Amino acid sequence: MMNFLKSPWRRPLSTSAAKAPEIAASACGSRLPHSLQPGERTYSTLDVPETMGVELKDVSVAYGARLAVTGITGRFAPASLTAIVGPNGAGKSSLLKAIAGILPLSSGTIRSAGGSKCDVAYLPQQVDIERTFPVSVGELVALGAWRSFGAFRRPPDAVFDRVAEAAAGAGLEGLLDRPVESLSVGEFQRALFGRLLLQDAPVFLLDEPFAAVDERTTEDLLRVVLHWHEAGRTVIAVLHDLDQVRAHFPTALLLARSCIGWGDTASVVTEENLARARNTLRGSTKGPVLA
Amino acid sequence: MSEAYGLLIEPFASFGFMRTALVACMALALTNGPIGTLLLLRRMSLEGDVLSHAVMPGAALGFLYAGYSFAALSFGGFVTGALVAGSAGFVARLHPKRQEASLAAFYLLSLAVGVMIVSARGSNVDLMHVLFGTVLAVDMRGLLFIATVSSVTLLVLAVIYRPLAVDSFDPTFLRSVGVGGGVFRGIFLTAVVLNLVASFQAFGTLLAIGPMLLPAAAALCWTERIWPTIALNVVIGMTADYAGLLTSYYANLPSGPAIVFASGIIYGISLIGAGRMRRRVSRAMEGDSR
Repeated sequence: MMNFLKSPWRRPLSTSAAKAPEIAASACGSRLPHSLQPGERTYSTLDVPETMGVELKDVSVAYGARLAVTGITGRFAPASLTAIVGPNGAGKSSLLKAIAGILPLSSGTIRSAGGSKCDVAYLPQQVDIERTFPVSVGELVALGAWRSFGAFRRPPDAVFDRVAEAAAGAGLEGLLDRPVESLSVGEFQRALFGRLLLQDAPVFLLDEPFAAVDERTTEDLLRVVLHWHEAGRTVIAVLHDLDQVRAHFPTALLLARSCIGWGDTASVVTEENLARARNTLRGSTKGPVLA
Repeated sequence: MSEAYGLLIEPFASFGFMRTALVACMALALTNGPIGTLLLLRRMSLEGDVLSHAVMPGAALGFLYAGYSFAALSFGGFVTGALVAGSAGFVARLHPKRQEASLAAFYLLSLAVGVMIVSARGSNVDLMHVLFGTVLAVDMRGLLFIATVSSVTLLVLAVIYRPLAVDSFDPTFLRSVGVGGGVFRGIFLTAVVLNLVASFQAFGTLLAIGPMLLPAAAALCWTERIWPTIALNVVIGMTADYAGLLTSYYANLPSGPAIVFASGIIYGISLIGAGRMRRRVSRAMEGDSR
């Protein structure tokens, strides 16, 4: 059985994290017995000093000519697992894209592990991807090793072994040559997760990782996400399913263009706060126009 | 045998302008292969259309000041083409949901302005030349320009192929790993404009996009992998060039439109033929599984 944490290519985040078990191997289902009880986590945030989480100071992000989010200040703690929730149009995806460096900031600063530039692995929404472009599953997953070859260099041979492992870790064994166009939504999401497994950055940013994905795939991929959390990565996910958030995500950020609540999920995702978020958005159907 | 030679080869053997036209078209087909395929795969055929029209006002201005000077026409065409390529991106950011509308506006304006400028000084014949090109009038200098543009384009595309492909497929990815995809998009658009300028003399503003898009559309009927598509695209483009030139020679028809018409016919055959082949293959596979 392959094991992502022990394979030589993996960048160890800390000595104790390097001993962590089966992070991706169990991703494809019940090959390894694994419990998701918090008490079983074997390492604390102290073991991974390299990740300092993500710090936001008065962050505003524009979408087109309007502000999608304004004045967000706070910190995603190292090794935390946070769900960003909020009504449609609350600016969740825009904030995530800003952290990933895809959208520019209108104001404020974001600081993260590597200083000002985030070393992040970002999962886009499937609508942002041109699915008909002729790319194979293997090529898609191999992009996860982008930093080892970049735009112009030849990929090192070792990359190809890792690609197979990552694809298998996401439950796509033997599908490397398939064009992504022929995949189902769930399989395509697995392929994108394979790319994330190969990227393995200190910070994972997931934009609606389980949207329109079948139940079985959701279970498998959720398990991968929880393993990242256990291995000390900072994970931030935009989610809609509030039951899922309450069940698996210890921290939550409730957005309605500004921050409604940020902290312990139980105290943030309450009926009262959700109603407040909806009212905030209803008050102004569009964000403030930029000066 | 000699009859076939007389029919198929002789026109090119005896007339220099036919040879030059064929070589020019084939050089263009070499770059139109990758460029057309990428344009279609990026769903940018409308942008390509806009850019081919955007070449016109500049070329017309060149014509106004210097008459039929190849350098002036090309330079002017490149300047307005690049200008529109840049401002189209800017306008798209201003109003992301109405991108097609602004593109259509660009293309209509370019055409209107171009026609007005040409008519201000030239005759209807000049206007026809600007709109539909004169592939048989390509001279040695024109051929050299086309060959240079297509060689440089092929080299540049080979170098930026990976980031360009990734940007076409998942534009957020490059930025999330700290690479600006915009640079590569800019280089690609510049290559598109350059090739449209090179095609301009042969096919004119209205048809220059034809040899770029039609063979690509035909090739995409047959295969979904990118390299086979590009290769097939080049072959189809060259076949259409040859067939179109021969047709125009024997039927005394304008050659640019004849070439575009030939690619159109190949596209039609591909649409029908590839569909039939796919059905037959899937039937055969069903038979196997039984």
